[in-house]
Amino acid sequence: MILVLLITILFVGGLLAWLSEIFDPAFPRVVALVTVVVELLLMLTLLGATDSPDPAWLVSFNQQWLPRFGIAFHLAADGLSVLLLILTAFLGVVAIGSAWDEVTERAGFFYFNLLWTLAGVVGVFTALDLFLFFFFWEVMLIPMYFIIAIWGHENKNYAAMKFFIFTQVSGMLMLLSILVLAYFHYVQFGFFSFDYTDLLRVNTSGSLEMLVMLGFFVAFTTKLPIVPFHSWLPDAHSQAPTAGSVILAGILLKTGAYGLIRFAVPLFPVASMQFAPIAMTLAAVSILYCAKMAFAQTDIKRLIAYTSVSHMGFVLLGVYAWNEQALQGAVMTMLAHGLSAAALFMFAGGLQHRIHTRNMWEMGGFWARVPRMATVALFFSIAALGMPGLGNFIGEFLALLGAFQANVWATVASALGLVFASVYSLWVIQRVFHGAYRGTPENSAFDETKLLDLDNRELTYYALMMIGLIWMGMYPQSFLDLSAGALQTMLANTQQLLNSVVVN
Amino acid sequence: MLEQIWLLPTFPLLGFLSLVLTAGKLPKRAVAVIGAGSIGLSFLTAAVIAFQFLGAGEEVFVKTVWTWMSVGQFTPGFTFYLDGLSLVMMLIITGVGFLIHLYSTGFMIDDPSYSRFFSYMNLFVASMLMLVLADNLVLLYLGWEGVGLCSYLLIGFWYENPANGYAARKAFVVTRVGDTSMAIGLFLLFAQLGSLNIQDMLHGAQSQWATGSTLPVLTSLLLLGGAVGKSAQLPLQTWLPDAMAGPTPISALIHAATMVTAGVYLIARTHLLFELAPTVQLLVAWVGLATLLMAGFTAMTQNDIKRILAYSTISQIGYMFLGLGVGAWSAAIFHLMTHAFFKALLFLGAGTVILSLHHEHNIFKMGGKRKQLPVAFYSFLIGSLALAAFPFSSGYFSKDEILLAALALEGPGIWLWIGGVIGAFFTGLYSFRLVFVVFFGESRGHHDAKEQTGFSMAAPLMVLMVLSVFGGWISIPVDAVFSHGEAHEEHHVSGLMHGIMIVVPLLGIGLSYLFYMSNTLSVEKLMASPLAQGLHKFWFSGWGMDKLYDAVFVKPFLWLAHINRKDLIDSCYGFVVELTRAAHQLVVRSQTGYLRWYAMTVVAGLVVLITLGVLL
Repeated sequence: MILVLLITILFVGGLLAWLSEIFDPAFPRVVALVTVVVELLLMLTLLGATDSPDPAWLVSFNQQWLPRFGIAFHLAADGLSVLLLILTAFLGVVAIGSAWDEVTERAGFFYFNLLWTLAGVVGVFTALDLFLFFFFWEVMLIPMYFIIAIWGHENKNYAAMKFFIFTQVSGMLMLLSILVLAYFHYVQFGFFSFDYTDLLRVNTSGSLEMLVMLGFFVAFTTKLPIVPFHSWLPDAHSQAPTAGSVILAGILLKTGAYGLIRFAVPLFPVASMQFAPIAMTLAAVSILYCAKMAFAQTDIKRLIAYTSVSHMGFVLLGVYAWNEQALQGAVMTMLAHGLSAAALFMFAGGLQHRIHTRNMWEMGGFWARVPRMATVALFFSIAALGMPGLGNFIGEFLALLGAFQANVWATVASALGLVFASVYSLWVIQRVFHGAYRGTPENSAFDETKLLDLDNRELTYYALMMIGLIWMGMYPQSFLDLSAGALQTMLANTQQLLNSVVVN
Repeated sequence: MLEQIWLLPTFPLLGFLSLVLTAGKLPKRAVAVIGAGSIGLSFLTAAVIAFQFLGAGEEVFVKTVWTWMSVGQFTPGFTFYLDGLSLVMMLIITGVGFLIHLYSTGFMIDDPSYSRFFSYMNLFVASMLMLVLADNLVLLYLGWEGVGLCSYLLIGFWYENPANGYAARKAFVVTRVGDTSMAIGLFLLFAQLGSLNIQDMLHGAQSQWATGSTLPVLTSLLLLGGAVGKSAQLPLQTWLPDAMAGPTPISALIHAATMVTAGVYLIARTHLLFELAPTVQLLVAWVGLATLLMAGFTAMTQNDIKRILAYSTISQIGYMFLGLGVGAWSAAIFHLMTHAFFKALLFLGAGTVILSLHHEHNIFKMGGKRKQLPVAFYSFLIGSLALAAFPFSSGYFSKDEILLAALALEGPGIWLWIGGVIGAFFTGLYSFRLVFVVFFGESRGHHDAKEQTGFSMAAPLMVLMVLSVFGGWISIPVDAVFSHGEAHEEHHVSGLMHGIMIVVPLLGIGLSYLFYMSNTLSVEKLMASPLAQGLHKFWFSGWGMDKLYDAVFVKPFLWLAHINRKDLIDSCYGFVVELTRAAHQLVVRSQTGYLRWYAMTVVAGLVVLITLGVLL
């Protein structure tokens, strides 16, 4: 029941935030913040939850919805979902914080969209009925489209449309695959079902299996994203308002990774393992190609966007290696990147809000002027380049360690990404903070007087994320233990299926 | 006290945290107390631990503080491993580190970013201690990357100048190439042996792998990649001369005494693995020899006081690699220690020179500074004598051991020995070129400079002078660590060979006297020939390696980044958009609004359909 509550709170909170604007334009942000904080606290109670009738899940909820088609309102969460849920609510708080002063126009509708996106994400991380999953997949898309299209920057309509089309087209492929899968179930068992546990039992091996799997794969890797489906992301990020970028990079990308781990591989183990060499190669290509693209950018947000794609390559690599270390690495990368990318986008957004430019060639030597901001940016850049002791290292190291056992060459190529990560990360620091101070008056877009250091509110948000990354880096066991059970179950199930195929 | 070994990196880490969190608001005196004091506490702890450890006659002490992570078989811990080797390293790091911190409290006193400087320095010492005390390769890697980060931060400490930023990034990226090779080595070791605990891994390798088989060769090669990056050996040495952009105490601490010797430590720590791959071990010797000669030649041509010392460092680490390669493990570590003493002395002496001469780096603008800068002069004199392996100085004993071990090696040993001796000749030449040009002869500038040296700067120099002279008599307790591999039988070395090893460096010093002191020989005349000019240019540029890497790696990467700035893949989607638009335009054209046009198309369509119907 708590899962239904989690989703309802966000939907209702969103509506209330919108309505509260009638009374005072400052209300929506307060309503939104309270909603998400309550959400976060409720999620923390899930850590000790034991009220599930189904031992595989910490909590679950199952209610008939459209029995004729075997569609149910089936929600459940295991350790993996809980980790991602907490990340979602936490970054929700951060996103509201980053929008606090930045979004003043139509604030009510903004927070409505923000909370509804979060609701969609919570649904995606908990839905166990594939029809319901698809429903939430769409719910998180549309409000996000509005966030970019209404509160975005100079080229927002193009970016929003591109985001929408990429996600929608790939989503349609997934819907097709879901329908085919449900039909398979009908053929084999005599009735329709969209339920995850039912569909796991469907024997998918056959000529269509690869195609159906690819439907999922394309949808999830477009979201992740992975080369060659990545090109919506730099546009979306550079145009989105800061809060949009935080949600997009921190959470929405992770729904793609979650989909791969929860659905794409377990539902189609045979096809997935056949496809794994290609997926891991794509991962390596994505890591290297986007690291190179990141270095070439002049727009700081585009740069960070490309680094996101590059880092998500480690997730894909880990998922298709499909062993415990690699999967744990993928999950840790999702969590750590959630924090580090969100923080970096917040930094870039905060900088743009201050000096009205994203062009790094108009920046330089800011260290002396904004030392707090410089230290914060340095910290998260260092985290992003995989410094041991911080969360991103644990994720990428485990992913590579596990992947090496599955595919040596793709792993070696991906490891080269570590070198390029240092190239682009340090380049940002050099361009923005080092060198001689460049606050020239002839630079029309640059308003020097607005270049102020972080205030205490901003500093608090960054400090929280720093603590998170240090925790993940120094004692990752708290997180690894949570996801271990879920991942081991999935590994064991696919192994069983793969073995049965070999026997047959 | 042994149980409290975790305090060692904790003191500097706390120093780092308190300096960062106060964000430069503390008075300089407090910063100095925290910055240098934390290292002092670490040194005292290390001394007590060493005393107890050696007193109890223990060989190994292991202490797990917590399990870092546990995923399947992979269970690295925050575990400290103390044996003779890590004991020597921790004493060097905290001891020399404390002296350099003390020196820095005076050297950096006028810098506005005093607190930032000490925070990075403390973080460095903490990371370096993690590196040498780690019991598993993942924790070692944590320290390894941590020192690399601090090296980056400190090289680029004066960030206003973009050249410093470039040098810092170059250092980080070039060493990261090596680090990545090492990381891949770790993945391979784990995939094959199922553990990254150093001792388990080594024993597993010994029991499962045959000597000379592919796996030990491959893994030791990958680890060697990490070592040559960190220790600035061929082919990854290019970053170290540029790293001199940082404040001079940094060059003493990071780029001479401690971090750059991490590669030597890594190989010594995993020497059992290298023994399983004799070809790679011999390669280590050749890499060392090639580097020591290359850097020695280059050092002779440099004019920047710090760059001379930088190339000299590369060259001396080359000797350590040579020692490792011929199996003289303890001699290599011995040289690591004496080098830490005399090179820290030389760099700190150089710091005093630079500070006193208003940031002058060019040795040919100094001259005759013996009287003006007495402390720096004696530092350089003693340091250079030790560097040139003057008989009975500290450098003499350690270099002697390495060369004797090379001589004892069957086969290529004699060639390695000859190369090493030639290198010793050039060491004498370039080190005394520096001494003669800076401190003797006529003053060529800065005539009225006064030596800037208070107690905090002079005292560390004095201590290091004593260590540089007498450090050769210290016996390091590493026998138990290397007892498995080292050839202990006494080789008979003829008196002639001994004589050569003593005389050759003196010849180098003598030649430099003739060139730079008595002017009996003239550099100008020598440089008249085009061959000498060409050679000078080639050596001066560090054998053209920077240009080579620029052409082979940097330029193509920049070019690729530049031409594909717009993302080729995105253009493909752009093509879809264009196609849709074009199709749209095509259809729009048919909407003319003329009835006769519509009627005609209807008729034409009918004709086509009927024709199709007839044909099919």
